[in-house]
Amino acid sequence: MYAYTDFDRDFLAERNAQFRAQVERRIDGSLTEDEFKPLRLMNGLYLQLHAYMLRVAIPYGTLNAGQMRQLAMIADRWDKGYGHFTTRQNIQYNWPQLRDVPDMLDALGEVGMHAIQTSGNTIRNVTADHFAGAAAEEVADPRPVAELIRQWSTDHPEFQFLPRKFKVAVTGSDQDRAVTAAHDIGLRLVERHGRLGATVLVGGGLGRTPMIGKVLSDYVALDDLLPYLEAVVAVYNLLGRRDNKYKARIKITVHENGIEEIRRLVDAEFAPRKAAFNGADMALLDKIKADFAAPDFTPGAGDFQAHYTDDPVFRSFVDTNTVAHKHRDYAILTVSLKAHGATPGDATSDQMRVLADLAETYAHDELRISHEQNVILPHMPKRHLRAVFDALSQAGLGTANIGLASDIIACPGMDYCALATARSIPVAQEIATRFEELKLEHAVGPLKIKISGCINACGHHHVGHIGILGLDRAGVENYQITLGGDGGPDAVIGERAGPGFAYDEVVDAVERLVRAYLDLRDHADETFLDTYKRLGATPFKAALYPEVKAHAA
Amino acid sequence: MSRQFTPKVVTANALLEGDVVYLTKQGHWTRQHAEADLIEDAVTAEIRLLEAQALAHEVVGPYLADAVAGKNGPEPVHFREAFRTRGPSNYAHGKQPV
Repeated sequence: MYAYTDFDRDFLAERNAQFRAQVERRIDGSLTEDEFKPLRLMNGLYLQLHAYMLRVAIPYGTLNAGQMRQLAMIADRWDKGYGHFTTRQNIQYNWPQLRDVPDMLDALGEVGMHAIQTSGNTIRNVTADHFAGAAAEEVADPRPVAELIRQWSTDHPEFQFLPRKFKVAVTGSDQDRAVTAAHDIGLRLVERHGRLGATVLVGGGLGRTPMIGKVLSDYVALDDLLPYLEAVVAVYNLLGRRDNKYKARIKITVHENGIEEIRRLVDAEFAPRKAAFNGADMALLDKIKADFAAPDFTPGAGDFQAHYTDDPVFRSFVDTNTVAHKHRDYAILTVSLKAHGATPGDATSDQMRVLADLAETYAHDELRISHEQNVILPHMPKRHLRAVFDALSQAGLGTANIGLASDIIACPGMDYCALATARSIPVAQEIATRFEELKLEHAVGPLKIKISGCINACGHHHVGHIGILGLDRAGVENYQITLGGDGGPDAVIGERAGPGFAYDEVVDAVERLVRAYLDLRDHADETFLDTYKRLGATPFKAALYPEVKAHAA
Repeated sequence: MSRQFTPKVVTANALLEGDVVYLTKQGHWTRQHAEADLIEDAVTAEIRLLEAQALAHEVVGPYLADAVAGKNGPEPVHFREAFRTRGPSNYAHGKQPV
């Protein structure tokens, strides 16, 4: 893992001291809220529906046991004993008090964490594939590149007041678990003639105007990457709309100007900027890469196979929650934060400590947070899987539902978020509970249900196989369903199915969709998405709106 | 023609805790919606909002929210304001009865 230097630590301490003084000045009345708001947002502090919310970055989703324990300590000491892991590899504390936030930031700084640029119109926390460094099929570990981008973008003086927020994601695998096509810039690491570089996508994003990113460059050599990114953001900074916040994201800039014109401008900007880098960034990247060296993998699977054969519960957990690791005696283990009926993405401080202990004791002291709001032990020796499963089960973390109907992405929605127009969490809870009662989800197989409580689409509903968008229709919660979305390498925006459903109708509607799929699929291995692609929306719409079908007949 | 005025309460978030608060008749902030001053006319609503804005050292973002007279005091009209009176639906964190 990247180890913070003295420079990094001093930077954080100084920044936190600055914010402490700003908080004091707000409390004593020297600063108005209008003056204070941009300052608190620069430090990740929002005011939500019922309380303040502190959003803490977990860069590229990577953290160690010490950091996880500190997150747990913060949850206990200054919050209500839990934290919410988000779709952007952050953790959010939902109940901090204003006076305590500087102490929380200092506590984060002690373990090399912070809340800088988790808000505001700037380059946000850089996200990456949560299986980075472990996936069998990976071209390269994307985290050193993500860390380089983090260092370049943090407090970058040119990019603190962009037209709107700006999100960058990096993947090193053609599986694209980072949903790069739905980011302002998506980077897909590729190798050409033995040299690592990146395919650069630009102008993707969900929200009010969902768009899939376009390829700006098929290949940018790694040593050109930072000046190239700088050119892209500089062009956006100049061209991006500041007259209308709904048209301010780079996806609109690309749409209005055309990808060819953006490419021409970026290329023109790139040439002079390239000269300024002088290779210093590549020397830094080499140093960063060393910090991400793979651990020493210990061969031998112990009695894993015997447990796997003898215990169907353990076998189900392994089959559902692990995938192949690049070392044959290891697995990548995803720990579900979606126990049936639980709030997606929430972990109690006790659960955080269990995860930290397990990572430290068994799994090379590494944890990841996924954009799907789960926690990953990326380097899990198979010989320890049984012990880890037992410990997880005791802590309420043994749910075998990764990738299934109850592994739902859900934004905080109107239970917390000031922007939301409807609730997401209880809908997710009820869908998960329903599928648990029906005992259907293993038969259904891979199914991504994603829920957003407003048009900003933090719950990624546009790329859900079944997407649910909560809206306010004449003072009543209403849920619109989209079908056929996909956040994978060939990302697709889902199609709106038709009129929305009332709060008490939406869970039944989802069940009808899933039952229709079970009737329609060719064979048990044909996934919901494959069936949808084969048959189109019509039979699913018929299941959603049976009264329309009857009327038409 | 201007829209007919509907009754309102002044609401905001407390500066230090972020809690949802309501302005009382006496000009204090309360955590209980039922203790809020139910304002029945547009002029008074404007004046009371200005009073609330002058209390910026105590609260953040005061605004007028629709309300109706209930058995025990004002009650919210919109579901968003109803959620604000009781806290999130997933935990008893907020004002839900424990």
